[in-house]
Amino acid sequence: MAQSTVAPQSLVDELGDAVDAVGAEQRAAVLATRSIKRSSKLWALELAIRCCDLTTLEGADTAGKIRALASKAMRPAPTDPSIPHVAALCIYPSLVKVAAEALRGSGVVVASVATAFPSGQAALTTRLSEIEAAVADGAGEIDIVISRGAFLAGRFDDVYDEIIRAKEACGEAHLKVILETGELGSYGAIRRASLIAMAAGADFIKTSTGKISPASTGPVALVMAESIRDYADMTGRAVGLKVAGGIRSSKDAIRYLVIIHETLGEEWLDPGRFRIGASSLLNDLLMQIDKQRSGVYSDPDRYTLD
Amino acid sequence: MNDRLAVRKTYKLFIGGAFPRSESARSYRVLAHNGDFLANASRASRKDVRDAVTAARAAWPSWSGLTAYNRGQVLYRVAEVMESRRAELIEQVQRAEGDANAGGQVDDAIDTWVWYAGLTDKLAYIAGGLNPVAGPYFNITVPESTGVVGIVAPERPSLAGLVERLAPALCGGNSVVATTSQVHPLVAISAAECFATSDVPPGVVNLLSGHRDELVPVLASHLDVDALDVTGLGEESLADAERAAAGNVKRIVRSQGERSPYEATAFMELKTVWHPMGT
Repeated sequence: MAQSTVAPQSLVDELGDAVDAVGAEQRAAVLATRSIKRSSKLWALELAIRCCDLTTLEGADTAGKIRALASKAMRPAPTDPSIPHVAALCIYPSLVKVAAEALRGSGVVVASVATAFPSGQAALTTRLSEIEAAVADGAGEIDIVISRGAFLAGRFDDVYDEIIRAKEACGEAHLKVILETGELGSYGAIRRASLIAMAAGADFIKTSTGKISPASTGPVALVMAESIRDYADMTGRAVGLKVAGGIRSSKDAIRYLVIIHETLGEEWLDPGRFRIGASSLLNDLLMQIDKQRSGVYSDPDRYTLD
Repeated sequence: MNDRLAVRKTYKLFIGGAFPRSESARSYRVLAHNGDFLANASRASRKDVRDAVTAARAAWPSWSGLTAYNRGQVLYRVAEVMESRRAELIEQVQRAEGDANAGGQVDDAIDTWVWYAGLTDKLAYIAGGLNPVAGPYFNITVPESTGVVGIVAPERPSLAGLVERLAPALCGGNSVVATTSQVHPLVAISAAECFATSDVPPGVVNLLSGHRDELVPVLASHLDVDALDVTGLGEESLADAERAAAGNVKRIVRSQGERSPYEATAFMELKTVWHPMGT
């Protein structure tokens, strides 16, 4: 994909970073009330599974847990081969090797967080070498965090330069840039950060680490999706969106699909351009699919724990 | 000075300790025994059943985890609160059912709470025990709650009939999703206000008014409901409910007609453990 050569400041000047906060919240609230029924709902549930980045980012993660989760990523419902596999397994860099081996040939990508996730507070060389190590171990996607400290201090060029360096360190691997929107303070800042990340070459921009609250919300996703739309209109490059953090129910997932569809259009309803980072969401999606198929409300105990 | 505007009550559902309207926004007319219009009651939908079961499942661990003694105190508190609203409940039963003995029905309901409040910490003695075995082991049986219980309350008596099924289910530590009397739902919703103000944790009791032919099949087939009380179901719909309940092998419970420890143990599971002697 062709790299953008637009400098971040001129991009922000061109596209603006003013956001109508009341309007964005109102629009997201209206989209959240949209009701999706029957065959469309089943389609949306399966799409959400295909767009899922099944995630575990715990201090207690072990190789055994990663292997178990890899099986679940490849075959979410053990007894039902009609359920598609998820898009990626999102883990810490130290476990990439285990995951890459478990997922080989399955079509499920290994996504690794890197750059001193979740705070990003480490020396640049440390962060870049973390990316290189994860890619060398077999990660196909890298989720980095931006330096919120630099961004909030107004050092936008530093943020931009660091993302460019990270993109170089990724090589062939896809780069997802986590803005950690809950720490940015305003919708305008979120739009500015989105534009900077895209200008620096991000393949995806991502809402949150999931480690702080508030994480992903409807208005935040809307603001980021509009930034992606404006950036694509201007440069012709399509950047993906990943929402993550606190998305536990199928209803939440479908609300995001509606926002994406209404803002970016159908081409974004694809794992290549949209992802949902989640852990417990997958079981709820499976449960709702069973409900749609059988007409009977199900029981959470019938689904595997990770 | 009688020109004050009437403050009429909107009768809503009772789910998770709150009083929401039906998710479907539907309601139905409720008439007095003489045909006068009484009120509009919420007509619960299948999604309300789902929400109620979710609330009941979430509330169950803390309710079943209370000591039996503590659960008894809470149930006694329900009796206290209902006693303080006795006159209002009698009036409602009288208007709805035209029951000359409305006072007797309300007293019966309150006394039922007291009776089962006293039973909570005796259940382990009645249903449990140390079993004689031929070996160097203790063998101990303990009654435990089943989980989420669905109850189809009888049409009449609309208050005592509901309470006679609720009390034994709650006594053993289950949480409950109950459909009220379809024809006379109002007094049950007033009773819900007693639960809301008497230390019963939110979600332990959930009450749904509405059309039984819509609600019972959903409750009976729901895989996260562990037992179904069919006391209030007519013969014509019993077989369908039992068939739907077979999907996850629900316990099917019927009232035997009188207050009894066995009404409570019918909603319980007997767990047996082995323990070696002398170590």
